[in-house]
Amino acid sequence: MPDTSNSLTELGVAQIRDGVANGDFSAVEVAEAFNANVAAAQEALNAFIIATPEKAIEAAQATDAKRARGEALGKMGGVPIGMKDLFATFDVQTTAASHMLEGFKPQYESTVSQKLWDAGAGMLGKLNLDQFAMGSSNETSYFGNVISPWKRNDGGNAALAPGGSSGGSSSALAARLCPAATGTDTGGSIRQPAAFTGTTGIKPTYGRCSRWGVVAFASSLDQAGPMARSVQDCAIMLEAMAGFDAKDSTSLDLPVPNWEAALSGDMKGKKVGIPKEYRVDGLDEDVSKSWDDGIAWLKDAGAEIVEISLPHTKYALPTYYIIAPAEASSNLARYDGVRYGLRDLPDGANLQDMYAATRAAGFGPEVKRRILIGTYVLSAGFYDAYYTQAQKVRALIAQDFAKAFEQCDVILAPTAPSAAFGLGENVDDPLKMYLNDVFAVPASLAGLPAMSVPAGLNREGLPLGLQVIGKAFDEQGVLNAGLALEQRAQFAAKPEKWW
Amino acid sequence: MSVDTATVAKIASLARIKVSEAEIEAMVPELNGILAWVEQLGEVDTSQVEPMTAVIPNTLRLRDDVIDADPLTGGNKRDAVLANAPAAEHGFFGVPKVIE
Repeated sequence: MPDTSNSLTELGVAQIRDGVANGDFSAVEVAEAFNANVAAAQEALNAFIIATPEKAIEAAQATDAKRARGEALGKMGGVPIGMKDLFATFDVQTTAASHMLEGFKPQYESTVSQKLWDAGAGMLGKLNLDQFAMGSSNETSYFGNVISPWKRNDGGNAALAPGGSSGGSSSALAARLCPAATGTDTGGSIRQPAAFTGTTGIKPTYGRCSRWGVVAFASSLDQAGPMARSVQDCAIMLEAMAGFDAKDSTSLDLPVPNWEAALSGDMKGKKVGIPKEYRVDGLDEDVSKSWDDGIAWLKDAGAEIVEISLPHTKYALPTYYIIAPAEASSNLARYDGVRYGLRDLPDGANLQDMYAATRAAGFGPEVKRRILIGTYVLSAGFYDAYYTQAQKVRALIAQDFAKAFEQCDVILAPTAPSAAFGLGENVDDPLKMYLNDVFAVPASLAGLPAMSVPAGLNREGLPLGLQVIGKAFDEQGVLNAGLALEQRAQFAAKPEKWW
Repeated sequence: MSVDTATVAKIASLARIKVSEAEIEAMVPELNGILAWVEQLGEVDTSQVEPMTAVIPNTLRLRDDVIDADPLTGGNKRDAVLANAPAAEHGFFGVPKVIE
């Protein structure tokens, strides 16, 4: 029998789905090939918190059996995926990369993961992330840093960040440990890791994917989405993930469009807005150039380019760093050492002491920092000055987008202000780390669909991403512009295997 | 506005996180750096703006008033609810003594 294991792990969602359906290979063969890659890379990349090879095989066997019976295989039939460890998975440890939830085995399944299993996907394992999804480099995980498979082309061996918080997802995708993975995006956590690793990811409109069973960070911002290696694969997986859920009060009660079928890279008649405020002083030259490339590609695809203004852009990041910590401080109050998760009960401690000791032991430094900021901005006497003011500025930021979309159909911008940085380079300065999400956060604050598509490599040989932001509910417009970029960027680079 | 060690200690107490003196000392400049940075929001004129309450317009729904409408989240789930408790005893969550 020819060894197809290497080539199978190069395949994406559509190719696997179609190949399994056509009988070119079995779902079990695919699952075995990816299981092998996951195991071989674990020590070097630390992309997974736990691997679940048996789950992947089980789902694959079910798909192969269905095929043998002549039944429909589902949108994700035979596709093994990585599941960000922020999604509750029944009886499988779900940690949010925290000590607090180490050993936590949910007795329920998140809506999004259930939908994926129902669509025929299988689980390769639970992917590492920044602790409680708070971080931009995957350096806040209790289970250790995730390493990007990418290296700079300077001959050095510096370990690079895969981005965050969905850093396990992005690293695993780039290293061919999975053909697709779930991500969640609160302020760029799908898009920035995708940009850092030459992969593709979309955060849909707020409310498209149910938040039920997703460990909560900032509930007015949290949104799940797919990460993969092509726009088409993202469209397929988003169809499987999205949909109304009565268990999430902010779930959108709208039909799920057939995004894959309507994909088109033809931008004729479309207007693409270029926000002048994103052209900041000192913007990285390579990032600036890739943005210009993107503009040229969309023009080539038939689009008209228009300059737009998003005047409150500079306030987006400080707004986010009030609202997200405020919501986090409230959401994370649930970790009390009583109902689930860690308990630290010092000798002679009373209930209050137990809460404080448990939370001191269970949360990492960045999580504590954000809880404290959030507690402060919500505390009596400061609430209006910080939180209410931030919610007002957030309204202005959303208005900026609404006005801009009177002039254009989608917005094109860089995803991140730089390529991947080295591990440890930004950890001493929280503000510097926060600035990574300067281009990603505005769309999050406005609840808009936004995606990152690889644009090319910078002079260091590292991937850069381009971001497409669309109108609310217009994932199709975003995916189509993403496809137009993908068709012209012809991004085929992949990290040289060293792990 | 900036915070001092007493304020950080108070916030930590409100947030029910035990912090050492050394941690408080380290957090004061970090939090002040972040607070000074977010304070630039004060320069935005928001006198005519309502604070955002819902990012995507949506209506809050009421579910049908039916017991156990969703078998997954309905009643009779005691063991599942307690399955991950650090100290579950006699069908209850166990906590340190709260009444002297």
